[in-house]
This record gives sequence, C-alpha cells and structure tokens, in this order.
Amino acid sequence: MVSSNTDIGYNSKVEGGVIVSKADAVINWIRTNSLWPMPMGLACCAIELMAAGASKFDIARFGAEVMRFSPRQSDVMIVAGTVTYKMAPVVRRIYDQMAAPKWAIAMGACASSGGMYRSYATMQGVDRIIPVDVYVSGCPPRPEALLDALIKLQDKVGTEASTSNLLKA
Amino acid sequence: MSTESKEYTMPDAASRAAAASEEFETEKLELSMGPSHPSTHGVLRLNLELDGEIIQKCDPVIGYLHRGDEKIAENMTYNQFVPYTDRLDYLAPLANNAIYAIAVEKLAGIEVPERCQAIRVLTSEMARISAHLLGLGAYTMDVGALTAFMITFTEREKLYSLFEELTGARFTTSYTRVGGLLKDMPEGWTDKVLHFCEEFLPLVDDVESLLSRNRIFVDRTADIGIISKEDAIAYGLTGPNLRASGVDLDLRRDAPYSGYENYEFEVPIGEKGDCYDRYLVRLEEMRQSVRLIRQVIAKMPGGPYRAENQKRIILPHKDKTLTSMEELIQNFMITTEGPQIPEGEVYFEGEAPKGALGFFIHSRGGGVPYRLKIRGPSFCNLSILPKICVGAMVSDIPAILGSFDFVMGECDR
Amino acid sequence: MIAQELLAALQGVAPQTSERPSADCPAFNCPLDSLIPVLRALRDNHGYDMLVDATGLDNGVESSPRFTVLYHLLSTATHSYARIAADCADDETPLAPSAVELWPAAEWHERECFDLLGIKYENHPDLRRILMWDEYPHHPLRKDFPLAGHEEDLWDQEISDETGTKVISAPMMGGPFVAKSSKFENEREPRAKDESWNEKNPKPEGQSRK
Repeated sequence: MVSSNTDIGYNSKVEGGVIVSKADAVINWIRTNSLWPMPMGLACCAIELMAAGASKFDIARFGAEVMRFSPRQSDVMIVAGTVTYKMAPVVRRIYDQMAAPKWAIAMGACASSGGMYRSYATMQGVDRIIPVDVYVSGCPPRPEALLDALIKLQDKVGTEASTSNLLKA
Repeated sequence: MSTESKEYTMPDAASRAAAASEEFETEKLELSMGPSHPSTHGVLRLNLELDGEIIQKCDPVIGYLHRGDEKIAENMTYNQFVPYTDRLDYLAPLANNAIYAIAVEKLAGIEVPERCQAIRVLTSEMARISAHLLGLGAYTMDVGALTAFMITFTEREKLYSLFEELTGARFTTSYTRVGGLLKDMPEGWTDKVLHFCEEFLPLVDDVESLLSRNRIFVDRTADIGIISKEDAIAYGLTGPNLRASGVDLDLRRDAPYSGYENYEFEVPIGEKGDCYDRYLVRLEEMRQSVRLIRQVIAKMPGGPYRAENQKRIILPHKDKTLTSMEELIQNFMITTEGPQIPEGEVYFEGEAPKGALGFFIHSRGGGVPYRLKIRGPSFCNLSILPKICVGAMVSDIPAILGSFDFVMGECDR
Repeated sequence: MIAQELLAALQGVAPQTSERPSADCPAFNCPLDSLIPVLRALRDNHGYDMLVDATGLDNGVESSPRFTVLYHLLSTATHSYARIAADCADDETPLAPSAVELWPAAEWHERECFDLLGIKYENHPDLRRILMWDEYPHHPLRKDFPLAGHEEDLWDQEISDETGTKVISAPMMGGPFVAKSSKFENEREPRAKDESWNEKNPKPEGQSRK
C-alpha cells in the first residue's frame, strides 16, 4: 500500500531481504531458466531431441526438460526434422497457438534449409513459415549442439526488453 | 437468491438421463488425432469417428513426412543414395544401408567377401537392438512406464558410441557402399561390442521384470489390437508384428542373405497377435540378436572388407589412386558417373528391425537407377490400422500404435 | 526350373503371358485384362499368398505403352518371390485393374501408385491421394515432372495468406551432381540431372522470400 505514511527510506528490518534490480533483468532471468520446449518432432532429429532429454545429456540441467506436447504451455518450439509442404501449415498452426513470448529453434539441416532433401515435397527451410531464432547445423545435430543452441537462445532471451514489450502488449 | 437445491434420488437421475437420451439426438464425434501427437511417434494422423469412447471408423492420414526419396534416387548415383537410406528407418540405419547395398549388388551380380558379409550381419543386428530398444522404450512410455524408457535410452547411448567409433556418426551412418563397406572395423572394436552384450543382457531381464508381469502394463496391452494370422498375411504385415500373430516367417532364416545361414538363432513367435505378444516378440528378438552378434564375432573371417576387381563399380584403394594414373581415372569415373550397373530389374527384401524392407530397382544401365521403389515395412504394417482399430477404445490407440513400432520416415519416404 | 513351370501354368490362365527379364525371382509379363486372373491363380494354386509390394513404372514420356504396373508376391510356405507386370493401355490416363479384392494390402500400395504416377485403378474402393495432399495437381514420379517440383499454393489457404508462403520449386544449384557417360569431354562434366533452375536458367517467378 502506498500512502504518505509509508517510510520509503532505509529500513533496517528488511536489510538483506531486498535487492534492487531492473524489471527486465528479473523477468529475463526467470524466462531464460524455464524455457519449456514444444518438441515438434518430425523426423530423424526428433531421436536426437529425445536423446538430449534422456539420461546422458539431460536437458534438465538448462531448465528445459518440461517437454509439453501442448503448444499452450510451451515457450520455445524446437522444429526437429524435415518440414514437408504437407506438414508446414500444421507447424504454423501449432506455432500460432503458442502463447507469447515464444521462440523457435530450427534443429538440423532440413529444418534450417531443406538440407539434403531438395525435392518437390520438402519446404526449403522452416523459416519460410515461422520466425526462427536459432539454427542448428548437422544432419542430425548431436545433442550437445542442441544444448548449445538452447544456451544461445537463453542469451538472446536474456537481452530482450521484456518490460517495455509487456507494457506495449 | 435461494441457495437450496432440489434433492435428487437415484431412480430420478436415471429416468432423467433416459429421458434426455430420448429427447436429444446423439451424434458421432469426429476426432483428428495428430499429426503432432505424442503417441503417434512422428507425424501420423488418425481421423477417428467415435461413438462415445468406442472407435467406429479409423482413417489414417500419412504423407506428412513424404520427402520424395524415390524421385531423388532417380537423380543421383547409387552410392550417393546411401545417405538417404539412413533416413528411411532412422532408428536402424545400419540395417537399411546393408539391405540397399545387397539389392544393388544383386543387380550388378557382385559377390562380396565373407568378412564384408559378416560385418553387415553384425551391424544389422546391433541396429536391430537399438531399434527395438527405442521401440520398447517409446511404447512403454506411451502406456505410462517411464523407467523402462530411461533404461533403454541409456543402452542406446552405448550403442551410439559404438556406431560412432565404427562409422563416424551417431546414427546417420552411411556405412555401406555398393560392393563393400565404407571402411573396416577399427581395432579392438569387437571387444567393446562383446562387452556391451555382456552388460546388455541383464538389462533386458530388468526391463522384462519391470513390465512382463506389471498389472497396469498387461491390462493395457493384453487382448488389445488382436491381429489374426490370416489378416496379418492378407495385409502384408512383416517383421515382429507378423510373427506376433503366429506366422513363422523371418527372412533371415527363410530366405537367407549376407551369410545369415551360417549362424544359429531362434525366431520368436507370438500366439494371439495382441499388443502384449508384440512386446514379447521384440524382447526376445533382442536376446537372439545378442546371440547372433556373439556368433558373428567368434567366427569373424579375415580378408578384404569389400569386393575387388570390379573396375566400374568399386573405387580403387586410396594409395593406388594417388600413385597410378589408371586408378585415378577409375576413381574419377566412379565418383562422377556412379558405379556402372547393368540393365535389369531386381526386388530384394531383407529383414530390417521393423519388418521386410524391400528395394525394387529398375536399371537401364549406367550409374543412376531408372526407378527405385522402396517398400517400407511401416507403410504396410500401418495399412491394417483401419481394420483393427474399429471397436477399440480411444485409450487403446497409444498401446496399439506403440506396439506397432512404426517409423514415419520409411512409411512416407 | 520353377520359372518355366510357373510360366506354363500361367499360360493356361492367360495364353499371352511371357517371361520378363529379371535379375532375381521369376517374373512375367501378362496382358492387362488377365492380370487379376493371373494373380488369383498365383495366390490360390501356387501358394503366393502375400502381396509384398505393388508399384508402377513410367517408361518415359515418348514410349508407348508408357506405364507398367508391377506386383511382387511372396509365398509364406516356400519363401519364394514372383513379379507380375502388366502394361497399362492408355498413355495419358493409364488404367489398371485393382487387386484389392485379392489382397487388402493392395489398397495402400495402389493409392500410392495413383498418387505418384497417376495410374487409375478400377474397382478400387477408395482411390485418393495418400502421400501428397488431396489438391496437389501433379504426379511427381512421372518422368516429365522435375525433381524440383512446380510452384503451387499451399493446401491451407489461411496459412498461405498469413505467411505469404507457397510451394516453390526447390533450388537445384547445389547438386547432387552426376556425370553423363559420353564420348565428349565437355558433356562429361558432372551436373544436376534436374536443371529446372541453375546458373543458366533463371529461377521461376515468385520465389523471393518475404
């Protein structure tokens, strides 16, 4: 409650219990460490995505182990695999259902650029249909590469002007 | 506003429900399951017509991963297509590589040396273990058991390390070439494989003790999705799904290739053809694969790992290429024009982990196939879904799909 | 020889059946109108009880008959294979009889063949596209269809409007490259077999990224 009687000066009783920071820093700190992925497992890369979530690589170390198959509950879409023209509108629809703020990782050569599938049926990169934040090379990328992409995305999320974005919305 | 509510008695509620169902028309519910759904293992979509929880009609929609492999094959040389075979059944690329190479070699009329055959058998069986591990892990995860998934994935990681040492890649291996292999096994590698086998067998028992008499698992899988022997044959099912229905057909034993006739192994057969039988068959096949691996390593012949004296098909050795003009030209011709395969047609099926993976190659000479048709076992296995899903509950679908152990990569190609 | 015995038996069903060159299993050509009786005879009298594969072949734009349908059968008792081929009558809209009445497995195989090659199967219960989406206008495995594909609309108009994305023909500049066997040096240069757009041919209209 803000009133004229509230002391806004130094209060010895809360010393050590309060830190002063920018709202951006706090929001971004929370967001970077709980990026919940929406695993858009389409092809081979999905197996490496599963490997990244399993025991040896353990994506939980980066706070992204909560794979949600519901787009409403997730923050980052990991497009793992070849996006065909038959699948592309579905990918976009799922992306549209995700709540903002949202990010996307294109995992592997196929999702990034069509990769080795230069053909009539394959979309030449998922960035033709959704905005992509991080591209991961490899066919398929090793799980370490995916973890690296996740760290890169965390760096990016950490520098966003979250407060002004929230106020604008 | 009154907060009192009228008290209902049981007969009253029942008669009201009966009256309501007479008053209102019930209608069928259409449910589109997939193409992004955790239990569809990729991008399968099922259009279901439901009466309450009971499935009245099931129409699978596939093709969400159709990448045009067959058309791509018509545009490149035989060796250039090997990486694409990795990505058919991407859980067992080594098996696909071997079957593709054998199909082309049959057309070219090449005999590969015994050592090459033995290595192909060895890698195919390792691929079978890794594919069944993922199949079982994902299957049990779908019906609610996460522990088995963690165990199987840990084992898969060990296999991946072995594959990486052999081929340089974790699972897109591209290990075979027409007429041979990419390279020989590294020194001491077979010891590591044997060590893996030793550690692996107790874990199969662990998984079995976790699941086989697990009340929840049995309740969700036994007597679900029964496929009769006749249906299995009429729909062209192959692999563990066919054998779980009691049909005794395994191409490794019945139409042996690559020297499978030299090894002893048993073919597990199911009785009922339900989801539980399919699980048991896969579990036993892994043990048989270990048996095969041990035999292959014990009998591993020496000699070259690829066919020699096929000047228009197999690349010359690197040291020769660098020192001799003739070999250099030969190397250049094969790399650019592809291995020269004679005219003809061949259809070859091998027992891949998911079933019979077939390649039909129509060649009109030269280094590029005129038509290459891939018969994906998952494609045929899934075609029975409209039949067996009718009458099942919605909650049976994850169990049925999990027990089928399909891969959309080879289904849609 | 099994092939000779089978041929004699099949000629009893359809006299024009002839042997087809094959590098492995017995293979036979038979006239289109006796395809189903021949398949039925193989299934009922010779133990070929499993249809493992049904496919088609485009023999080239100029050749006639242009399309061939192929069936691969397996006997689960003797573990032997057989291949039956029949040429389709019409080169523009090829027709073939459907084998679904003999094997339900044929349903998906024939749908695929219809999808990719445009062969129409008579008496097929549900002849729809299976791999490409329903509205797709081409048959990709035909020899006159380029690997890169043609420009089309996405099947979902709403998404298409929202993102401005279309089905485009894929870039073929990066390979795969194959050299022709030719006497002349300059023709031997490795190049992509599909040359629908590369350094020389401009890329088709409307491909700029948004």
